[in-house]
Amino acid sequence: MLELDNVQVSYGSIAALHGISIKVEPGSIVTLIGANGAGKSTTLRAISGLARVRAGSIRYDGQELTNLPAHQIVARGISHVPEGRMVFANLTVLENLKMGAYRLKLGAEFQRDLDYIFGIFPRLREREKQAAGTLSGGEQQMLAIGRALTGKPRFLMLDEPSLGIAPILVKTIFEKIVEINRQLGMTILLVEQNANLALEISNHGYVLETGRIILADASSALRQNPQVREAYLGR
Amino acid sequence: MARTISLLRRSHPEKVGLRQWQAWEHGNMSGTEFFQQLINGVSLGAFYALIALGYTMVYGVLRFINFAHGDVFMIGAFAGYWLTPKLMPHFPGAWMPVGVCVVLLTAMALCAGLGIVIEKLAYRPLRSRPKLTVLITAIGVSLLLEYGGQYLFGPDPKSFPDLITDSALEGTGALTITRSQIIAVGVTAALLAALSFIVKRTKLGLAMRALSNNPTAAALMGVNLDTVISFTFGLGSALAGAAGILWAISNPSIDPLMGILPGIKAFVAAVLGGIGNLPGAAVGAVLIGVVETFVGGSSFSSYRDAIAFSVLIIILLFRPAGLLGKAQVEKV
Repeated sequence: MLELDNVQVSYGSIAALHGISIKVEPGSIVTLIGANGAGKSTTLRAISGLARVRAGSIRYDGQELTNLPAHQIVARGISHVPEGRMVFANLTVLENLKMGAYRLKLGAEFQRDLDYIFGIFPRLREREKQAAGTLSGGEQQMLAIGRALTGKPRFLMLDEPSLGIAPILVKTIFEKIVEINRQLGMTILLVEQNANLALEISNHGYVLETGRIILADASSALRQNPQVREAYLGR
Repeated sequence: MARTISLLRRSHPEKVGLRQWQAWEHGNMSGTEFFQQLINGVSLGAFYALIALGYTMVYGVLRFINFAHGDVFMIGAFAGYWLTPKLMPHFPGAWMPVGVCVVLLTAMALCAGLGIVIEKLAYRPLRSRPKLTVLITAIGVSLLLEYGGQYLFGPDPKSFPDLITDSALEGTGALTITRSQIIAVGVTAALLAALSFIVKRTKLGLAMRALSNNPTAAALMGVNLDTVISFTFGLGSALAGAAGILWAISNPSIDPLMGILPGIKAFVAAVLGGIGNLPGAAVGAVLIGVVETFVGGSSFSSYRDAIAFSVLIIILLFRPAGLLGKAQVEKV
C-alpha cells in the first residue's frame, strides 16, 4: 500500500533521514520506534508532505507522492495526526472536526462519521461546543484522531499519541487505535516512544536510530529481540 | 450653523474640529457638543475599522503587517474617482443609489484583485524567509503604490466627484449628522456583518481561522494555504477599497499619499484591539476615532495624533496583547 524507497530528508545541512525504506501492507498496524531524534517524526512528515524529500521516493497504491504539497496528499486518503496534536485551539471541538472534513461535503455522511467518532470518544460529544484549547491533553489527542477520521482516510499516521497524556488515557487511546484498525479496516502507521505499547498492538515494526533503520521485523519477533529489549523495552 | 459646518467639512475637513472648538471655547462642553463629537468620532472610527480589519486578517494568517494596506485604501479612492464619471451617467435619477453601489462594489473588486496580486508577486515568494524580509518588502510595496500613484495620477490633490450629494440631515436639532456619515456608518455596518458571516459561517472562513491558529495543521486537513491566503488578502483589500470611497465622499480631496495616515491609524487600531482579533480591530478603530475627534475638538487639537498614539501606548502598557487580544492558549 505505502512504500518508502531510500528516502532522504535533511533540515538545512543536517541530514535527518539517511535513506530509509519502509513498506506498509493494507489493513496492518506498522510502528516506528526509536529514541528522540531518530527520525520517526521526520518520516511521517516526509510522507504527508510537510518535510521536503531530498532523494528517494514515496509511493502509495503505486502512485508517486514524493514532494507533493500536503493538501494534495490528504486528498489521496492519507491523514497525519501530528506530534503535539496541533488541534485548532481557538476553534470549537465541532469546528475542528469540520476542518478534518474540509475537502468533503458536510452532508449525511459527515453526520455518520461524527456519530462514529462520538461513539468511540464520548468525551468529545460532551465538549462539542467547547474551544479545543480548553480540553485536557488526552481529550485533545482524541480530537486530533477524530479530526483525522472525518477526512475519511484509508491510511492513518499517528505521531506519539501517548505523549504528555495521563497514563489511564494512554491505555484508552491505544485500545481505540486498535478498534479503528479492526472496525474500519484502517491501515495505521504509528510512531511511538512507548515501544512496549506500540509493539503490543502492531503487526510489524521498524527500529530507527539516527536516521537509519537498524531493525525491521514482525512486532512479536521484535519484542523478543534482545537488542530491542535492552535498548527500548527496558528489560 | 449646521449647514456651515457641513460645507466647511467638505472644503476643510481637518479644520472642523478646531473651528467648532473656537466657537465653544468659553464654555464647558455641553451635552449636544458631546454627542456631536461622539457621532463624528464613531463615523471616523468606522473608516478606520474597515482598514484595520485588513491589517488584522492578514496578520492572522501570515503573522506580518502588510504596510501596503493603507495604500490599497488610496487606490480604492482613486478607483472611485475614475469609475464615477464612467458609471454614474448610466444610473440617472432614482437609480442613483444603485449606481453608488455599483461604483462601490467595482472599486472593492479592483482593490481585492490588487491585494491578491500584491500577495502573489511580492509576499508569496518570501513565505519561507524571515518575517523581517517580508516586512521590508511590504514597506517597498507601499512606496511603490504611493509613488507609482504620483506618477500615474499626478501628485496634486484631485477633487473627488460628487458620488452622493453630501448635506446635513434635517430634524436632528442642534446635532449635525451628514448623509455621508450615515452612509459611511451604514455601509461599514453592512460590510462588517458580511465579513462576520464569511468568517464564522463559511468553509473558507473556517479555514481562515484554522490557518491563523495553526498553518501546519490546516495544511494537514487538506487546506490549500495559498488559496486561503489569497482569499484573505482579497477580502481585506476589498474592505480597504470601500473605506477609500467612503473617505473620499466626506473628504473629497484625494491624492496618492492620502493612505499613509489613515493606514497608520488603522494599524494602531488593530494593535489596540489585539492584532489578529477581528472584533478587536473594530473596537480599537472606534476608540481611536472617538479619541481623535474629542481631542480634535479640545484646546489640544494640534496634538490630536500624538494623543491618539499615546492612548495606544498607555493601553498596551496595561494590556500588551491589546484590548480583546489574549495570550494564545496552547497545551503541549
